[in-house]
Amino acid sequence: MSDTVGEAAIEVVGLTKRYPSGGTPVDAVRGIDLRVEAGQTYGFLGPNGAGKSTTIEMLCTIRNPTAGTARVAGYDVVRQRDQVRRRIGLVFQQQTLDLQLTAEQNLRFHAELYGLSRADADRRIGEVLEMVALADRRGDQVQRFSGGMRRRLEIARGLVHAPQVLFLDEPTIGLDPQTRAAIWDHLQWLRENTSITVFVTTHYMDEAEHCDRIAIMDHGEIVVEDTPEALKSRVGTDRIALRTDDDELAITRVRERLGIEAGMHEGQVTLAVADGAQVVPRLFTELGVGIRSVTVTRPSLDDVFLTYTGRTIRDSEGPQAPSSPFAGRR
Amino acid sequence: MADSVDARDVTTRSDAAPGAASAGLDPEVRSDLRHELRATWVVMRRELLRFRQDKARMVTMLLQPLLFVFVMGTGLGSIVDTGGGTSFQTFLFPGVLATSVLFTAAFAGISLVWDREFGFLREMMVAPISRGSIIWGKCLGGAVVATGQSLVLLALAGTVGIPYSPLLLLELIGCLFLGALLLTGIGVLLSTRIKTIQAAMPVSQLLIMPMMFLSGALFPLSGLPDWLAVLTRLNPLTYVVQPMRYLVLEHLSLTEAEEARLVPVLTWFGWHVPVGVQLLTVAVITLGLVTLAARVFRTTE
Repeated sequence: MSDTVGEAAIEVVGLTKRYPSGGTPVDAVRGIDLRVEAGQTYGFLGPNGAGKSTTIEMLCTIRNPTAGTARVAGYDVVRQRDQVRRRIGLVFQQQTLDLQLTAEQNLRFHAELYGLSRADADRRIGEVLEMVALADRRGDQVQRFSGGMRRRLEIARGLVHAPQVLFLDEPTIGLDPQTRAAIWDHLQWLRENTSITVFVTTHYMDEAEHCDRIAIMDHGEIVVEDTPEALKSRVGTDRIALRTDDDELAITRVRERLGIEAGMHEGQVTLAVADGAQVVPRLFTELGVGIRSVTVTRPSLDDVFLTYTGRTIRDSEGPQAPSSPFAGRR
Repeated sequence: MADSVDARDVTTRSDAAPGAASAGLDPEVRSDLRHELRATWVVMRRELLRFRQDKARMVTMLLQPLLFVFVMGTGLGSIVDTGGGTSFQTFLFPGVLATSVLFTAAFAGISLVWDREFGFLREMMVAPISRGSIIWGKCLGGAVVATGQSLVLLALAGTVGIPYSPLLLLELIGCLFLGALLLTGIGVLLSTRIKTIQAAMPVSQLLIMPMMFLSGALFPLSGLPDWLAVLTRLNPLTYVVQPMRYLVLEHLSLTEAEEARLVPVLTWFGWHVPVGVQLLTVAVITLGLVTLAARVFRTTE
């Protein structure tokens, strides 16, 4: 491990967080290992309550781990807290701007807390405002900014002190699709034009496509970690969704006559197959159950998520996060 | 759950001590103290910037002291016998001046609750600065804002017959700042415990009003019944109000009768407490409060 330090922006070994909740302690994070290469954009996905926020908070030195170690930008998050803090930028889920101050005052406050000289602060503030296209609004009170503008300003602020790693916790939550796209344009720009490492959690699977690598977390553990392409090919299947006259019977027949496991998901019979186009005709001829509609989808990261967590990301946003059985689950 | 932080999660400066040996080798850490002082200054300056943006607050905070001096002072003046030609307003003025920092200062301290609620506290908490710098910056900023605001009232001293002696003005400003820091310290200490905006306002009112009335700002301390005398002496604000009144009256030529009636004589178990000791008492209490607030903040936030 020691010979690889320096290349890795984030290196996590056996990281654990236990909360004393009432009588029974809850393990929010259960000994995860993680390695993020410098310069990568790394997506961190998982249902609510999976332990994503706790993990990011430990990496950002906000919480102390119960066990295990984490090094960020080469420094230990517990013993070298301030060194880590100087080298990371943070964009939180909830907004943390001073609405009474102007955009520039918010950035200047940040620059000075991070010990930038006046000249450096002036230069960096100009640069980051330019980057998020807010240069012409620098003297405006943040109170007058839209949600998207505030988010952009927070990203700009996270970059003022030229951090090595930028952490973003659900940066696009609650934003409209256009603003989400704009935020990701900025992150894409960073990925292509700078050497900064970006660690981002998100609920939106389409956003994970923009990442170099992604990890999916569930029940405090990392269930899978790879590039988006590799993960999709690992699921390796098309997904067929059927509306039938008798779902129970259809599931049984698919199993008996086609030798494929099927299940109910979002009110449809779902099955995972290698080549959807070949299977569809057989469904009509061999099932003997009235089929009202058929949908075939190529694998997406949603399916990856579903495969590894047993839930779609949409399900997991519900308060109780009900688990739905899925045909393709192995 | 994920949002509540238990005490053991907190990485404090002292917790980081094991790393201090290796940190000492790091050139970045050498200027630690300078960085912390700068951080305190930055947090403090934010308070000033915020106050400048909030002009409505500036006006409303001044209304009450003006009413006390010019409306109540004038109204009651006819029935109060000062023992000579000195007006009741002159007596009242230093007391009201002292209490004019009360609301602004306490509010500035308690605004930490707002910082927490609106998320900005987090921005400060994750910066590479100590919690102590945040608390001191917050307290000093609030105290400067409150003192600055009461200067408007101080400028009116001439209208109630108080001379604009530079020394007196400096002394009064010093006392105002001390009183303001005391109140900001109390406010910040409260807001380390109070987590909701709804609770913050009533609690601060509950504290401010008794402190104002029990400081002897509006009446002389001599000849009070025992129960009231004890309460006034337990109130730290008394030791700001009485020195200010003493300093003002010292600059006027009073008759013997006026001196007996107006000039405050503060005693502890019969000992006549000198003005210097009174101010020192406030300074010590203030220092203790802010230090305590910083400590509580370190372990609970």
